[in-house]
Amino acid sequence: MKDAATPEGIAFTLNNQPVQSTLEPGERLSATLRESLGARDVKIGCNAGDCGACTVLVDGAPVCACLMSTAQAAGRHVETLGGLVKGDENTKALAAAFQNHGAAQCGICTPGMMVAATAYLRNKNSTVEDALGGVLCRCTGYRKILDAVAEAARGGAAPLPVSGKTGQSIRRLDGLAKVEGRESFGDDVATPDTPVIRVIRSPFARARFEFGDLEGFKTHTEGVLTVLSAADITGRNCFGVIPPFADQPVFAVAETRFRGEAVAAVVGTPELMARFDPEDFPVTWQELPAVMDCATAMANDAPQLHSGRSGNVMTGGFVQCGDADAALAQAAHSVSGAFSTGFVEHAYIEPEAGFATVKDGRVEIYGCTQAPVMDLDSLEEILGVGRSRIRIKPTAVGGGFGSKLDISMQPYLALAALKTNGPVRLAYSRAESMQSTTKRHPADIELTIGADENGRLQGFRFDGLFNTGAYASWGPTVANRVPVHASGPYRIADFRAEAKGIHTHCPPSGAFRGFGVPQAAIAQEVLFDELAAKLDMDPLAFRELNALENGTPTVCGQVFEQGVGIKACFKALREPWAKATADAAAFNAKGGPIRRGVGIAAGWYGCGNTSLPNPSTIKSGVRRDGKILLHQGAMDIGQGANTVISQIFAQALGVDVKHLHLIGADTDLTPDAGKTSASRQTFVSGNAARLSGLALRAEILRRCNVDSASAVIEPSDGALIVRDGSARHEVSLSGLQSDAEGYVLRAEETYDPPTKPLDKDGQGVPYAQFGYAAHLAVVDVDTRFGTVHPVRFVAAHDVGHAVNPMLVEGQVHGGIAQGLGMALMEEYIPGRTENLHDYLIPTIGDIPPIETLIIEEPDAHGPYGAKGLGEHVLIPTAPALINAINRATGVQLRQVPVTPSRLKAALKEARHD
Amino acid sequence: MYFQPTTLDQAVQDAQTERVRILAGGTDFYPMQGDRLPDVPILDVTRVDGMAGVTRTTDGWRIGGATCWSDLIRADLPPAFDGLKAAAKEVGSVQIQNAGTVAGNLCNASPAADSVPPLLTLDAQVELTSTSGKRLMPLADFLLGVRKTALRQGEILTAVHVPDVRAGHSAFRKLGSRKYLVISIAMVAVLIEVQSGKICKARVAVGACSPVAQRLPALESDLCGQGKVAGLVTPDHLSTLTPIDDVRGSASYRLEVLAPMIEQAITGCLEQP
Repeated sequence: MKDAATPEGIAFTLNNQPVQSTLEPGERLSATLRESLGARDVKIGCNAGDCGACTVLVDGAPVCACLMSTAQAAGRHVETLGGLVKGDENTKALAAAFQNHGAAQCGICTPGMMVAATAYLRNKNSTVEDALGGVLCRCTGYRKILDAVAEAARGGAAPLPVSGKTGQSIRRLDGLAKVEGRESFGDDVATPDTPVIRVIRSPFARARFEFGDLEGFKTHTEGVLTVLSAADITGRNCFGVIPPFADQPVFAVAETRFRGEAVAAVVGTPELMARFDPEDFPVTWQELPAVMDCATAMANDAPQLHSGRSGNVMTGGFVQCGDADAALAQAAHSVSGAFSTGFVEHAYIEPEAGFATVKDGRVEIYGCTQAPVMDLDSLEEILGVGRSRIRIKPTAVGGGFGSKLDISMQPYLALAALKTNGPVRLAYSRAESMQSTTKRHPADIELTIGADENGRLQGFRFDGLFNTGAYASWGPTVANRVPVHASGPYRIADFRAEAKGIHTHCPPSGAFRGFGVPQAAIAQEVLFDELAAKLDMDPLAFRELNALENGTPTVCGQVFEQGVGIKACFKALREPWAKATADAAAFNAKGGPIRRGVGIAAGWYGCGNTSLPNPSTIKSGVRRDGKILLHQGAMDIGQGANTVISQIFAQALGVDVKHLHLIGADTDLTPDAGKTSASRQTFVSGNAARLSGLALRAEILRRCNVDSASAVIEPSDGALIVRDGSARHEVSLSGLQSDAEGYVLRAEETYDPPTKPLDKDGQGVPYAQFGYAAHLAVVDVDTRFGTVHPVRFVAAHDVGHAVNPMLVEGQVHGGIAQGLGMALMEEYIPGRTENLHDYLIPTIGDIPPIETLIIEEPDAHGPYGAKGLGEHVLIPTAPALINAINRATGVQLRQVPVTPSRLKAALKEARHD
Repeated sequence: MYFQPTTLDQAVQDAQTERVRILAGGTDFYPMQGDRLPDVPILDVTRVDGMAGVTRTTDGWRIGGATCWSDLIRADLPPAFDGLKAAAKEVGSVQIQNAGTVAGNLCNASPAADSVPPLLTLDAQVELTSTSGKRLMPLADFLLGVRKTALRQGEILTAVHVPDVRAGHSAFRKLGSRKYLVISIAMVAVLIEVQSGKICKARVAVGACSPVAQRLPALESDLCGQGKVAGLVTPDHLSTLTPIDDVRGSASYRLEVLAPMIEQAITGCLEQP
């Protein structure tokens, strides 16, 4: 080995093959593997050893490739998922087991997880949790991963089927690429020589800024290809997901409104940009006083963020029925509380990343997104070119949870590609991702709830302030959704709820699984327990007594004659509740500093947009050779839309799902299936898929004069075979004229959920369907340290019809993990927790066993009765945990996260230490 | 420039390079680097002969500076090192333990460095090597403050020396907000010797509650002669600590949890055969 100087090239073994690479001094192994050696199966989530996505084996030992100098790999054997899955029997067993259990959802952590699990299986000299504790997963809640590793350790099991009707668990249709490391995410598209974009961001929450000599910087810095700023925007320097509220600039002009806001971007060669220090960019900052919370922002002398939004009030939402104040005044019992929640970061393991290029005068943008057509809408405005000149080609999405609904890197990619007339790439650093993309709204909620002597709810008044940050994003949606949902799934005749979005100099708050409802549910469900205690009623019985039923009006005056499943959820929890409560009493009778508690909480969530059009379109067709294609434009961000939409379509068409060929989301190829948000894809796009399948089926059956609900269709070479009982019909395709897209038969159908506008009191038909949920949480509280150790969860979810029960469980587990994080550890503080070691999300050791009880109360509007699920899964979790802590210790908690420090302080106040 | 010497002689020569930064396991080096390539000369000490591994010396033990946590955990060491091993097992994750080194943890000088409290209870000394030779220094003197050490320009922390310890038991407790990959809110290391069911010698160190982890001499002397520890730790014992309020916990919280943590750790030792 050299004693000095830079190793010019080193040699090592990569996946059993000898490789050589020239290095930059100090180059990270992750960079060498991905950029020089083509091992894009190694994922980068944080570049700091906090997430473990880049885990590789070096001489058999798992390490984070992002923390290893490549020079240290010289002469050693490096193994990555892509190699292991081809040759290592342990990894092959894991690949099968991960698919059987749905242990890969979005798939971004999967390479790191499977590599770490391979090391575990080779020697099993630790617990599985210890072996996998260094890899973060934000989707699965880890339990399916533990199940999969246990299955592989046992030597495998019978594979889960690869096809089946709705109602059957089948493997994800897109799962194999994920477990083999072949899935291409946002940063996996660009070739290594692609010019790189770096965004210049404000270091202050609020600052005035001036550029220096940009032209000189560009000319005199070798490797800089161009610089972008507001002056380069050819269209409108303004975007927003809700057009009337659009207020966010692509590049700030003169003054920034939050730390991390973009002011410029540098495009340079990969060589330069690997070293580029944003501090070298010619800009001077003058920090200005900032307002960081609602109360300060609403003060008389507070700086105003946007003209026309007086008092920094962005907008509000309001629902009222009956007379809440009068009912409360006469209530036999009432409880009140002021609750607060903090910013929650989505913390998907894939930071925003993408690639863009210019082809035939059109700009093509590849990247991770939840909403390709909305991206297209925004870029059309920003670029000021016709939309036919823009193509959005989504990559796989390494987690979204709401934040990838908004554009992030897309405009920089598009502007840079067009200005340089060539390919460009951009991957956000973890810090950039955390600083600049949307968060869950911090909420300050005041709530009073009353009940009569028999425990019937009597009066409910809710006032919430939601810190919406510097720009509107989905803040208006949160303001509207919260009052509609603040009642929870209960009958409340006298109700008043108001929510306001308040601008501050914080990152924009936007969409995050539940759109404000999880925050509201904490206040409502925690006070429900306190009210039940006042009434001396069992908390579950109190909830059952007040639960909505078919035929009872919601607080919006909406009456569902069918499909209200909350009582069924409560009923399913009766036995677990009785048993867990008795177990906890026996446990606590033994005494000691560890106290056990059981909590329950419920939630509901309206699927789709609130009282607004929300269509999805799904196209399908048959080619002359008999191939059946499904244009599936509903973004699969890990939740399983590719599989669920296909199962629904196949069911409607009457084919086996294995015969489908999927065309994934691409604004050139797939019609608009709307955004992946609001728990709408199974319901809305599922219905469009069902209609498309039915229409195609009708066309096929007409051609063979079959009129039978049970007829089954099968593709054959140049024909479709229709089997109806013992009868066999052949629809020959060879004589048919194919259209421009090559289809001889086709069906494109749209579904838009029936809703009606809300009046000034929020009365109307906000959603065509709701889904319902109730969680039971068991926790142990160590009163010495204020630590909470969840013991287990039982989660009852009314999904109408479980299209794929394995995927339903995956959603439930993942939602509970996020709800647990919000309840116990997650709090984003701008400027302080901009990484994944100060901002804590649950690890594999933090999520206890979860029992999922699937309730199927079919919904008349849902495809085969199915309801949405994606956001319902975390709404009851945090209040269930808080209620459990309360029942363990008797402390009233009003703030999340309930960190050990906060809980200890509360215990002390309650004289419990 | 990237130096990767194989001999200590060459390494100390390389260490004299202006602005050079020493790289071992990379687990602190790279996160502090941000996403950019390093722009300073790098001295990679991982291939230096004798820098890694745990060896018996005439009067104790030598832990090579570039020994990673996993190697330390696997080393055959007496029970007095159990606390250090327990701390090593709580460093980040398996991935971090396979890369991060003892010397790196000390030179990084974080108030929450996991290895410092147990090493303080072991009366560890650091071996600092430069072109002018070696010097030994007690760990307590080496750590000067938050991210501050007595390491001089051109010096490399080549080893940690632990003097022979009589039969004793040791333990480590770390308190964090989640199970893995967590930075301590507070941590405690204890090393005790027991005779006839009573503590005859006690060493207690606390981390993450002051700029540099500290031994608690007043408590150590009060523990001697005790057979049970419940209620023994008083606020006075902790008066030299200066915890701060931060995102991980309040200063008062840190002080409150120390007594039960220390008692837990000692009780664990007392219950051992």
